Amino acid sequence: MEMSLNWYLTLSSVLFITGTLGFLFRRNIIVMLMSVELMLNAVNLTLVALSQATADTAGQILVFFVIAVAAAEAAVGLAIVIAIFRGNQTIDISKIKLFRY
Amino acid sequence: MQTQILVELIILLPLAGAVFLGIGGLFAPAMRSRETLVGAIGTAMVVVPFICTVILFIGFDGEAQIAHFFTWMAAGDLSIAFEYRVDQLSLVMTLVITGVGGLIHLYSIGYMHGDPGFWRFFAYLNLFIFAMLNLVLGNNLVVLFLGWEGVGLCSYLLIGFWYTDLKNSAAANKAFIMNRIGDFCFLLAMFFLFRELGSLDFDVILSAGPSLDSGIINIVVLLLFLGATGKSAQIPLFTWLPDAMAGPTPVSALIHAATMVTSGLYLMARLSPLVLAAESVMSVIAIVGATTAIVAATIAITQNDIKKVLAYSTISQLGYMFLATGVGAFWVAIFHVMTHAFFKGCLFLGSGSVIHGMHDVEHQLEHAGEDGAAIHIDPQDMRTMGGLKKYMPSTRMTFLMSTLAIAGIPLLSGYFSKDEILFQAFSVMGHNNAAAVAWVIGIITAFLTAVYMTRAYVLTFEGEERWPKADIIKPHESPWTMTAPLWVLGILAVVAGFVGLPAVIQHGELNWIHHFLGSSFGGPVAETAAEGHVSVATEWILLATGAAIALAGVFLTWRWYSSQGLAFDDKLRARFGGLYRLAEGKYFIDEAYDRAIVKPLIGSTTKFFAPFDRFVIDGAVNLIGFMTRATSFILRYMQTGIVSTYATAIVLGVVLVLALMLFGQ
Amino acid sequence: MAGQILFFALAVTAIAAGIGTVWSRSPVNSALWLILNLFCIAGLYLTLNAQFIAVIQVLVYAGAIMVLFLFVIMLLNLSEKPSFTRMTFARIFGFFLVMGVLALLTYAVAAGLDVLPENVVPEAAAVSGSPSALARALFTQYALPFELIGVLLLAATIGAVVIAKRKPV
Repeated sequence: MEMSLNWYLTLSSVLFITGTLGFLFRRNIIVMLMSVELMLNAVNLTLVALSQATADTAGQILVFFVIAVAAAEAAVGLAIVIAIFRGNQTIDISKIKLFRY
Repeated sequence: MQTQILVELIILLPLAGAVFLGIGGLFAPAMRSRETLVGAIGTAMVVVPFICTVILFIGFDGEAQIAHFFTWMAAGDLSIAFEYRVDQLSLVMTLVITGVGGLIHLYSIGYMHGDPGFWRFFAYLNLFIFAMLNLVLGNNLVVLFLGWEGVGLCSYLLIGFWYTDLKNSAAANKAFIMNRIGDFCFLLAMFFLFRELGSLDFDVILSAGPSLDSGIINIVVLLLFLGATGKSAQIPLFTWLPDAMAGPTPVSALIHAATMVTSGLYLMARLSPLVLAAESVMSVIAIVGATTAIVAATIAITQNDIKKVLAYSTISQLGYMFLATGVGAFWVAIFHVMTHAFFKGCLFLGSGSVIHGMHDVEHQLEHAGEDGAAIHIDPQDMRTMGGLKKYMPSTRMTFLMSTLAIAGIPLLSGYFSKDEILFQAFSVMGHNNAAAVAWVIGIITAFLTAVYMTRAYVLTFEGEERWPKADIIKPHESPWTMTAPLWVLGILAVVAGFVGLPAVIQHGELNWIHHFLGSSFGGPVAETAAEGHVSVATEWILLATGAAIALAGVFLTWRWYSSQGLAFDDKLRARFGGLYRLAEGKYFIDEAYDRAIVKPLIGSTTKFFAPFDRFVIDGAVNLIGFMTRATSFILRYMQTGIVSTYATAIVLGVVLVLALMLFGQ
Repeated sequence: MAGQILFFALAVTAIAAGIGTVWSRSPVNSALWLILNLFCIAGLYLTLNAQFIAVIQVLVYAGAIMVLFLFVIMLLNLSEKPSFTRMTFARIFGFFLVMGVLALLTYAVAAGLDVLPENVVPEAAAVSGSPSALARALFTQYALPFELIGVLLLAATIGAVVIAKRKPV
């Protein structure tokens, strides 16, 4: 059986929605951030698969940048989590509400 | 060029006076008490236009002159300009308006002395003159209508001048609302004319109008006549005029005798070629006019308020003028307008002088009763007058002159104009049934006119004094500012008839006004082509009959009332019983209108229109506000600050975008 | 043959690790599962012949980012027991939305059989995945974004320090 591109794409879809579900249903901010990382990885997988399928390096360059940005985002996000924790002593997202509605 | 400047002065000076006195009095309270200044400015702003009109009149060469100022509105096919027309008809009307108006302004200086609204009065009067001049000088129906509405407005303002008394405001409302009904018909007529002719200029209407389809012409003229009944107080829209006597007497004299009420007749005369083409409507006009004349005359005999007598007299005389219009003698109607302005103006001003004097008596009576209690009299009620000739000689003499004139005593002005009306009706009687009926009614009414006017004179000036404490309290004559106009108008009432000597005199060569106005001599007022042939002898007989009726009426009434005084009224009441009560109750027309129109209207408004306005219209507006609130109530959930909601929204967006990309074309 | 088995092994492990990340009760467990997931993905990159990216993945993602996560988790020293997530209408709706995303994505993959490009020869893929090819592109065509990424990382560093700093009382 030919190892085709479709399998990678399907795999990355499944990983992506796993990350999405985690982001929607978990209330711990850190776990939510990790779900986001999961989503980013899924997308990276798609990009690399397509890039290798067309022998075009542009996809992998983009993955390179995505990883860099993910790193930056993780750093800043975790810094915010620390700052929130200092004030509220909780990292349960459903308890952190600034708006009243 | 000179015409342009003169017309400009004539139109704009009264407006300037109104604005200056109005705004000045409003913002500079110090000016309000300077009666001489206010009165002088107000009067000058009418006298100077009179002089300008005289100049125009003298220099008039028979050709109509147009003074064009600027375009008022231009939209599509419609182009209306402020354009004024100087021709024979408008000159006659303007002379009357500015001349009589100027005299009445002078009179008002004396009459309104001491009134805190003195400045307001003169501002309104000037505004009225401005509007009336627009009415008669305009060269298209729209400027005429502007003046038409303007005089209605000023009439409202002036009738309700003493607005703190609600009765006066009610009378003003009544006048304005009834006028409005007429105005509505006028507007409909204008719409018809514009649709048919594409223009509202008189040149177009008068040249192309008569050749329109006769159905259209009949409708248009009927609507115009209905508008005229509103302004000129004919059946069915006449009940406002007696109520309008609530206003100060100079107002009654100027507006409700000499000028505003004649605007309907001016309209008919100006559009006379068109009116002549609507034969069936003309019969209607003649009958309505004649009926109004006799109905009003019978009511006038029963009235005790001197101003009410004069009001019904005005309605009756206007009926005569419409009678003339209805038989095609438009120039005669204008002739009667002129003479009526003189004698009725004089009568009203005279009554004002009388009321002025009786007011003084009333004032003195306030503390003259037993132990200083007040005795009340109504200064306008003739039953507490009598014998005033001793105290008010000028007033009495001019009143007498005008009374004889209106009664139709030979050689006075009313004789010539009224007889001419009846003569014209008689001459077309042969083939015009309406004219025949109208002529008979007119003859009877002539007798009645003499009766009620002489009654008014005798009860007021002759006989014994009937007010309480008459031996101690006596009235006095009015100042010169009031008696001078009386004399001027009185003399005019006597001699003005000579401008229209009847046809028997030198074959109508000396009938100056006919030559001036009539279209058979090149004037603007159309005449019927169908002239009946009346022999000279018949003419003389008619003249003699008219004189006889007038003399009989005056003589008999004088005898009845000077010997028996008020007792004669009771005799009439006993003799005519039901008829007298009917006339005294003004034929209960006011009550009928109240039952049939006013009460249902008020009822439907309170039950239907007011709730409709509150719930449906306001409700719709409130609904918009409510919907905004409801929408924002829902939409604010877009920004809750809850992260999972935002995330869900993002995922929703992803689904939509993916679906669009996959399945959208 | 070996490649396919390897792919399936790595794929299944990756999915299981993903589910484990999302489902673990304790954040430390989630982090550890995520590290496993990252290694699996690195393995998948290798099966694709993208060596450079695979190494970068392990170095940066698993090595730096996840260490950072673990540091923060330890720092916060959470003691509270996580409470049960209540099932609200919004959550149900969200679940079905996500299923919808999956459906659309798999449909796209399944239906787009003929729009996907032709697979190239593995030799070409090996060449394009090598560091030299990537470096060539990175320093010539994408030089500017490369520099900007550096600036971004600098900004992120400073930002993180500032946000997390304890404010002087």
